[in-house]
Amino acid sequence: MLRMFRIAALFLFASLAALGALGRDREVAIGLQAPVTSIDPHYHNLSPNNGMLLHIFEPLIRRDPDMKLTPCLATSWKALDDLTWEFKLRRNVRFHDGSPFTAEDVAFTLKRVPNVPNSPSSFATFTKPIVDVKIVDPYTIIFKTATPHVLLPSDMAAVYIVSKKNGEHAATEDYNSGKAAIGTGPYKFKEYVPNSRIVLTANYGYWGGEQPWDQVTFKILTNPAARVAALLSGDVQMIESVPTSDFTQIAKDRRFQLTDKVSNRVIYVHLLQESDKCPPYVTDKAGNPLPKNPFRDPRVRKALSIAIDRDAIAKRIMEGKAVPAGQLLPDFFFGTSKKIKPPKYDPQQAKKLLAEAGYPDGFSLTIFGPNGRYINDVKVAQAIAQFYSRIGIEAKVQTLPSSVYFTRASKLEFGYMLLGWGTESGEQGSSLRSLLATHDPAKGMGVTNRARYSNPALDKLIDEAMSTLDDRKREALIQEAAELAMGDTALIPIHYEVSTWATAAGYRYTPRTDQYTLAMDLRPAR
Amino acid sequence: MLAYAFRRLGQSVIVLAAMSLLVFVGVYAIGNPIELLVNPEADDTERARAAAALGLDKPLWVQYGTFLVRAAHGDLGNSFVYNVPAIHLIVERLPATLELALAATLLGILIGIPLGLVAGLKPHSWVGRGIMAGSILGFSLPTFWVGLVLIMVFSVQLGWLPPNGRGATVTLAGIPVSFLTWDGLKHLAMPALNLALLRLALMIRLTRAGTREAILQDYVKFARAKGLTMRRVIGVHVLKNIMIPIVTVIGLELGSVIAFAIVTESIFAWPGTGKLLIDSINQLDRPVVVAFLMVVVTLCVGINFVVDVLYSLLDPRVRLGGAPAAAH
Repeated sequence: MLRMFRIAALFLFASLAALGALGRDREVAIGLQAPVTSIDPHYHNLSPNNGMLLHIFEPLIRRDPDMKLTPCLATSWKALDDLTWEFKLRRNVRFHDGSPFTAEDVAFTLKRVPNVPNSPSSFATFTKPIVDVKIVDPYTIIFKTATPHVLLPSDMAAVYIVSKKNGEHAATEDYNSGKAAIGTGPYKFKEYVPNSRIVLTANYGYWGGEQPWDQVTFKILTNPAARVAALLSGDVQMIESVPTSDFTQIAKDRRFQLTDKVSNRVIYVHLLQESDKCPPYVTDKAGNPLPKNPFRDPRVRKALSIAIDRDAIAKRIMEGKAVPAGQLLPDFFFGTSKKIKPPKYDPQQAKKLLAEAGYPDGFSLTIFGPNGRYINDVKVAQAIAQFYSRIGIEAKVQTLPSSVYFTRASKLEFGYMLLGWGTESGEQGSSLRSLLATHDPAKGMGVTNRARYSNPALDKLIDEAMSTLDDRKREALIQEAAELAMGDTALIPIHYEVSTWATAAGYRYTPRTDQYTLAMDLRPAR
Repeated sequence: MLAYAFRRLGQSVIVLAAMSLLVFVGVYAIGNPIELLVNPEADDTERARAAAALGLDKPLWVQYGTFLVRAAHGDLGNSFVYNVPAIHLIVERLPATLELALAATLLGILIGIPLGLVAGLKPHSWVGRGIMAGSILGFSLPTFWVGLVLIMVFSVQLGWLPPNGRGATVTLAGIPVSFLTWDGLKHLAMPALNLALLRLALMIRLTRAGTREAILQDYVKFARAKGLTMRRVIGVHVLKNIMIPIVTVIGLELGSVIAFAIVTESIFAWPGTGKLLIDSINQLDRPVVVAFLMVVVTLCVGINFVVDVLYSLLDPRVRLGGAPAAAH
């Protein structure tokens, strides 16, 4: 009797579940790792925001999964001369409220971007080079720049177009409430609960064709274990950033599937070379400061680089979800050089180089790094310390929360720092300029050069590259700059992070290299 | 009574001012929010612009002064990250946290006190021993682990309860609550139980200790000699006498549960204030941190006041007037 009842109950349960699944077929829920701080596309230049808002709004030019520029609201663009760019706009595009998209909306957007009040990180960086906008006809617009600006198309991929009609008097709050959140994208705004969830519904009139989902719910699940649990219990159908410790379990489980792709983020080490004085937290073995700065000697830098077994870190600590790095971007990106390989692990040679540089017995240093900012950052720092002990360098590890770490690193309080860098422009030139050009923030050079590395020959190459509009010539110049910088071990690249996603069976995700999680790239498997 | 309330109010204002200064200086000492907010590719003009927009370009004492003046007018400042009034962010999430905290405390009281009584009355039976052993588990198992096990069992294996979030809400007197809908209750069950576990263990231990002590007192013997039923002796005389420490602890715990349900909230992605606080600290969103702690201090002061009033109701010997009353 009891058994009969159980079977009946089970049957009922199963059929109910099946019914539920039928009704929700075109709905999907996705677990995200970081909160989205605003629905205003011009308020906070932050990766989770930029990814999320790509569902609702669109830029003139977008990036494909490999971050290559492809037409979006603009069908074509070209430089008329060194200072003038012409964009042809797509016809028959409508905003979510039915109003047509024209050049007026583009001009309005460019005017709004630098004037968003209280923006903690403005998109004005991308629009500042444009000094004049001219509307030729509703579908042709011309931008003028004061100096040759090679990254203009790339910058335009970061500026999302809002509607003039709905945006004229709208503030950030109006976007968050949905009143002004009216774009041209494949999904419409439905609900935004900060730090909790974002709900979008399909835009059936989308110019780019029909989307597979009627409704998409993004849940903010910052705790990695909770994110995995939500996937396992069927509460969400996809999660981003799968914790390393759960790879094997999910990979074995036939109900789920792992997808990954190398990202645009490199994990690297900056060595403080500001002056000839011994940098902080670097000493001889007895604890006294060294007579001069060892990091100014390229032989020492090289020794510290080849003493690290990058393959071992990628394989053991990252469970294969990292790619050993030799430059600032994986080599399918614009401006990367195929000639640069990840430095080969060679402790013998490293010891020899140290001896040549005058440190036959090595020295002591403290590796500083963030705690929980990058994938397995603490373990990576510890592994590097162990590799150094093999070449006679006594290394301690100290990791700090991001809030403390980056402030102190920018104040140059550390000699040896583990850092990460995601190249949003998708070309290596801008990374070299930010990380390795001589520090001169007024000119936008070396703004994140916490090593204060300075090499006039490199500066000249970067300068030249960043004012050469011709793509072929520019790429050659960037490659030359990269080869020069990496040959001098200007910084120590460790690996490129690999982004991971897990989907339930029946769903297929096309992974992206910019780490965005987009519902447009999630499709039913059939 | 009224004079007492006013004196408490005066003390609270001083506590609030001192606390805001501490938090202000503390968050300032941790790091510079601009480092975390501004895109790393931004140049100097952009950094300066962001600092000016957020008021971070001025010296600390000027920033604090501005804050005090605005706070006196009821404006605790805008969040650096969300650009909405910090107090809005908190008020928006407070109902969720209060609901969770009250549910957990209620669970603790409703299950903990009866179990504690049983354990106190029959300390040597296997039931009493079993309850005490259970309470040790409640104390010693880490909250995050229990939370994950709950999710693993009830969501992943059995599929009975949703693993995260807050369910459907209905508005009750202008406040969105979820315990009135079936979906809401299902969402509330696991986080409330998870958060209740420690209070439960605490209630059991307190009640048991109180009961064991009270049961030997003369008035209990006297009541029994008078021929009162056991139910009345325990339900009225014993319980009322052991309530003072229990009420104190409930008050203290309620404050801390509201303020620091962080672990439970982040494991169950509960959209409450604990999660907001930890995110804001990580992002150095000072206005939110300061405003949140102001709200918490106010709440704690309020709860303590209620606890004091409850004392006087439970124990006629307690007079709220304090020293002057005793002098007469």
